Amino acid sequence: MENYIWLIPALPFLGSLLLILFGTRLSRAGVAILGVGSVGISALITILLGLQYLAEKPAFYHQEVWQWFNVAGFSPSIAFHLDALSIVFIFVITFVGFLIHLYSTAYMAEDMDFSRFFACMNLFVGSMLLLVMADNLLLLYFGWEGVGLCSYLLIGFWYKDPANGYAARKAFIITRVGDVAMAIGLFILFQTFGTLHIQTILSQAPEVWSVGAQAAVLVGLLLLGGAVGKSGQLPLQTWLPDAMAGPTPVSALIHAATMVTAGVYLIARMYVIFDLAPVAQMAVAVIGAVTLLLAGFSALTQYDLKRVLAYSTISQIGYMFLALGVGAWSAGIFHFMIHAFFKALLFLCAGAIILALHHEQDMRQMGGLRKSMPVVFWTFLIGAASLAALPLITAGFYSKDQILWYALAGPQGSIWLYLAGLVGAFITSVYTFRMVFMTFYGEPKTHVAHPPGKIITIPLVILAILSLVGGFIELPHNFAHVALFSGLMAPVLPGITANELLAANEWLFQVLAAVVSLGGVFVAYLFYQKSPALLASIERSSFAMALHRFWFSGWGFDALYDALIVRPYVFLANLNKRDIIDSFYTGLARTAEGFHVMISQTQSGVLRNYVAGVVVGAIMILTISLLL
Amino acid sequence: MILLWMIVILMAGGLLAWLSKKWHPELPRWIALFAVLADFILAVYLWLTLPAATLGASPWLLQLEIPWIPQWGVNFILALDGLSLLMLLLTFFLGILCVLVSWREIQTKSGFFHFNLMWVLAGITGVFLTLDLFLFYFFWEVMLIPMYFLIGIWGHANRTYAAFKFFLFTQASGLLMLLAILGLYFIHGSQTGTYTFNYFELLGTTLAPEAARLLMAGFLAAFLVKLPVVPFHSWLPDAHSEAPTAGSVVLAGLLLKTGAYGLLRFVLPLFPTAAVEFAPWAMLLGAVGIIYGAVMAYSQTDLKRLAAYTSVSHMGFVILGVFAFNVWALQGVVMQMIAHGLSTGALFIVAGLLYERLHTRDMGQMGGFWAKAPKLGVFAMVFVMASLGLPGLGNFIAEFLTLVGSWQANNWLTVIATIGIVLATAYSLRIMQKVFFEPAPTDHPLPDLSAREMLIAVPMIALILWLGLYPQPVLDTVQPSINQQLQAYQEPEVKEKVAVVEAVPKAELSIGKDKRGKTKVPL
Amino acid sequence: MSGAPMEAALLLAGVLFILGLISVLIRRNIIFMLISVEIMLNAAGLAFIVAGSRWVQPDGQVMFIFILTMAAAEVSVGLALILQIYHQLKTLDSDAASFMKG
Repeated sequence: MENYIWLIPALPFLGSLLLILFGTRLSRAGVAILGVGSVGISALITILLGLQYLAEKPAFYHQEVWQWFNVAGFSPSIAFHLDALSIVFIFVITFVGFLIHLYSTAYMAEDMDFSRFFACMNLFVGSMLLLVMADNLLLLYFGWEGVGLCSYLLIGFWYKDPANGYAARKAFIITRVGDVAMAIGLFILFQTFGTLHIQTILSQAPEVWSVGAQAAVLVGLLLLGGAVGKSGQLPLQTWLPDAMAGPTPVSALIHAATMVTAGVYLIARMYVIFDLAPVAQMAVAVIGAVTLLLAGFSALTQYDLKRVLAYSTISQIGYMFLALGVGAWSAGIFHFMIHAFFKALLFLCAGAIILALHHEQDMRQMGGLRKSMPVVFWTFLIGAASLAALPLITAGFYSKDQILWYALAGPQGSIWLYLAGLVGAFITSVYTFRMVFMTFYGEPKTHVAHPPGKIITIPLVILAILSLVGGFIELPHNFAHVALFSGLMAPVLPGITANELLAANEWLFQVLAAVVSLGGVFVAYLFYQKSPALLASIERSSFAMALHRFWFSGWGFDALYDALIVRPYVFLANLNKRDIIDSFYTGLARTAEGFHVMISQTQSGVLRNYVAGVVVGAIMILTISLLL
Repeated sequence: MILLWMIVILMAGGLLAWLSKKWHPELPRWIALFAVLADFILAVYLWLTLPAATLGASPWLLQLEIPWIPQWGVNFILALDGLSLLMLLLTFFLGILCVLVSWREIQTKSGFFHFNLMWVLAGITGVFLTLDLFLFYFFWEVMLIPMYFLIGIWGHANRTYAAFKFFLFTQASGLLMLLAILGLYFIHGSQTGTYTFNYFELLGTTLAPEAARLLMAGFLAAFLVKLPVVPFHSWLPDAHSEAPTAGSVVLAGLLLKTGAYGLLRFVLPLFPTAAVEFAPWAMLLGAVGIIYGAVMAYSQTDLKRLAAYTSVSHMGFVILGVFAFNVWALQGVVMQMIAHGLSTGALFIVAGLLYERLHTRDMGQMGGFWAKAPKLGVFAMVFVMASLGLPGLGNFIAEFLTLVGSWQANNWLTVIATIGIVLATAYSLRIMQKVFFEPAPTDHPLPDLSAREMLIAVPMIALILWLGLYPQPVLDTVQPSINQQLQAYQEPEVKEKVAVVEAVPKAELSIGKDKRGKTKVPL
Repeated sequence: MSGAPMEAALLLAGVLFILGLISVLIRRNIIFMLISVEIMLNAAGLAFIVAGSRWVQPDGQVMFIFILTMAAAEVSVGLALILQIYHQLKTLDSDAASFMKG
């Protein structure tokens, strides 16, 4: 099976290429078969490969397809490195990707650019696979930029509205800011190690750098910069809510399940660097903690269903960063996987709702959908429960509980990080159930036009099941000793041990997490279901209104960047549109012209003036030669 | 002899094209096409048959030496190494595209047009081949004058101004180079007693530091203006935007490269110490150029002017890399020369195709072309992505290698240059948005690419992808020449390398070359 | 062999030259200007003759013959130009022929 590794990314690329070349000539069914099939086969190969990996338990699989280039020892290859970490990512990308592709065939059925959509989606899946399978950082960077391109193409998919184009460009440019940091990190890594081969760097870093070495910290921070850009974390998070301009399956696949977690992958992949750079690792944790709070508060105030989910994604990735930052590597990746399930599910449900309501995204125009769309309601509820981490039954509880626990009890944990996570958990369940109550309960406000068909509901059900049972592969050790996931990760990522003192009382914190999460549900119920008047009275105060506006605008980051960077840049660029340097040369030309005008005065055309000139000149020369 | 033929074919083809207008109005196009095609085939044939020079051996693949004006020490020397071979391939490839792209666009005086086009290409070919400085200057002028006519006769509204500006900048800087050449000639002559313009003999000239600085300044004047580097760039936007499409493609794709080629071929080997002294300033100019060009490009509303400023930005990478003096950077520079020739050439072709259809270059009047002309849209998209440095396309390899190399030489300037990538994203996406995505202000009929235009677009896309995914043949071809140019700088280089190698003995082991399939590297 | 003193002859040459020069400057009729130029040339020729006889060298006379031939050539070209000017402008006023004004 391992000889077919290259097929996993190659098939989506091939699908994309064929769709670009012949997409317009194929029938819709043909496009769908090609687009979904390529990802489906990839998913199949991945699952077979994953099973083989579980059976054989090798350290990793490696396959070189060809050598990209070789310049004086700098020789990155198009080569794939598969270990447990990549396999988890590949599984999520291909499997969830396949479900979303399948769903898209129904969601996009009416769209004019059906084939372009699948061409871009396939290209995305291929690039994303390249990103997580790369055995060297340059190839990873290839995938990294490739997914950026696809994200751009798909956010701006409905290009007729300039606002979508703006969101697309914003996403591309802001993530590229992070990419610059990452690229510089790669330069340093190359200068230090003479290669960008990931495993070589990881094995040699501890020999070359001591713990806390300046270079290591610098590289760590620069890689973090790249991760922050891609994963929509502070301070580069502003593009992600706007990215919801794309079709909903795009939001589900790219801006929830896979691409935005590339930063998590990068940090986990380069964990040795972060181990050697405690400052950088602390920065990861702090950024995660702050982001999860900020995004959570913003999610509370949004009315657009997809924007709530977008902020929620930022917030949940914040949890992953928090986990990575405190050294709970496996917990972070576990949360990534579970999050991919339930967030994709939520987005797909949202898509089904939006489609049913004629592209209505405002939650204030929804309501009462519980009866008219039962399958969507139940699956959405499961996804919401998982996101809100309702105890015991949902996968989200197990993954988030682990993060909270290690944020406190891990060796790098602290009470502040824990509190941030806990408050975040509370907000999460408030905004999640706010969403549920506003959308599914109350009076119906918009007529349901097309109830979702089978192709839409089947992926929902599969993802809903995964959102429930996915958690059971990793249970807290005081429940039952199931540690399949961390066991899988153990050869790749270092484990973590909890503080002994706290460990004795672990159950206390679990109960606390459960209470907080249920409390959030209750608050949402109180405000949005039982007595909306209470909420309205709070919201009427001027302070609450200002706060609401502030959170609604995403803590004013957009306005800040606009005022600090975008506007001055555009202003300066336009100011200098005619190129100030050119005016130097035109000035030079003007001066020459001026002299020309002056001197040409003497050319009177009158013969006698010239004779006089000759005489005067001759006399002057004679005088001078006599005097000397 | 084959080298001489390449130039002769172009020159004769040009003359024939001019004359043949009398017999049939379409004949000049076909003659020009076949002349360039013949040269292209010759160059490809050379590339495939000549064994790539092995490392350490002489990088010269072919050489031709005929005495020309022996009493002055002027010889007709043509020589081919990997670098010039690649440049020739690019020249002839873009030459073919230029003929194709002018097929409908140029209707007036088509005979004289193709004469000029062929002679520009001949001049460029000569510049890339000759190793006699006198002859080099001669070809430098040969490419200048027909270009002046190309802009001045077939250009857009403001063509006379642009043609004059182009001529003055290039000519003034070229004269400074002539002075430097003569200076070098006389210094070398007075030292050794043999007065010669032969590059190989001049290479060994020992120069007083002061003299070296002055002479290098003369050469730099010509090359930096041609490249162009920021304070000397202002001829470029005018010339590029006013020239006909073929003229813009030749300017951006090839003429700029002669500047880069000159830096590599003449400045680096002739003035090693002076170049090292100048390096920080040159790199600064490069970094400034990258940023300045990108900012300028962002504010333009004229599509061709925008593309012209992107050239300024991209050529910043060239000078940044050249003066980093290491293999990575120089390989990056050569890749950049080729990839940029393709990508900017393509952008100008897009602008030209749009102009042909809409008779405007103003992006404010464009929009919504994605739906109307999807093939054109994809063509533009690929090269817009190339110009913002997307991996998988040639420009990424070029920029990444250049930056990796320049990082070794200067950290801060490399950081500034890397920031240029963000700005590149901003202006590149603006093209797509304004021209293709945004709703059109006015409704133009816009036919999609014709078969002839597909013949232009498809090979370009294939090439830029090939350069991005498997650039090794190109890198291998040029490697010996780069080693040659870097010879004077080898001392510090070796030391650095040793340090790197010592640090990573295992790296070499675990990523050996020909490992295929499953390999289990011990962790 | 003594004749008039050299100084007197040179003075005559100088006076002739100045006269010619002044009339070139003040005359507007182009024929008179040409005649004045002839006077200046002859003044210079006289100076050569005087100097040649003073130093007993043939060079002075050689130079005079040069000047004569040159003057003849100049007059022929000059007259041709004058004819052309008259033909074009219907006047011999030199100030009228100012096409070369820059």
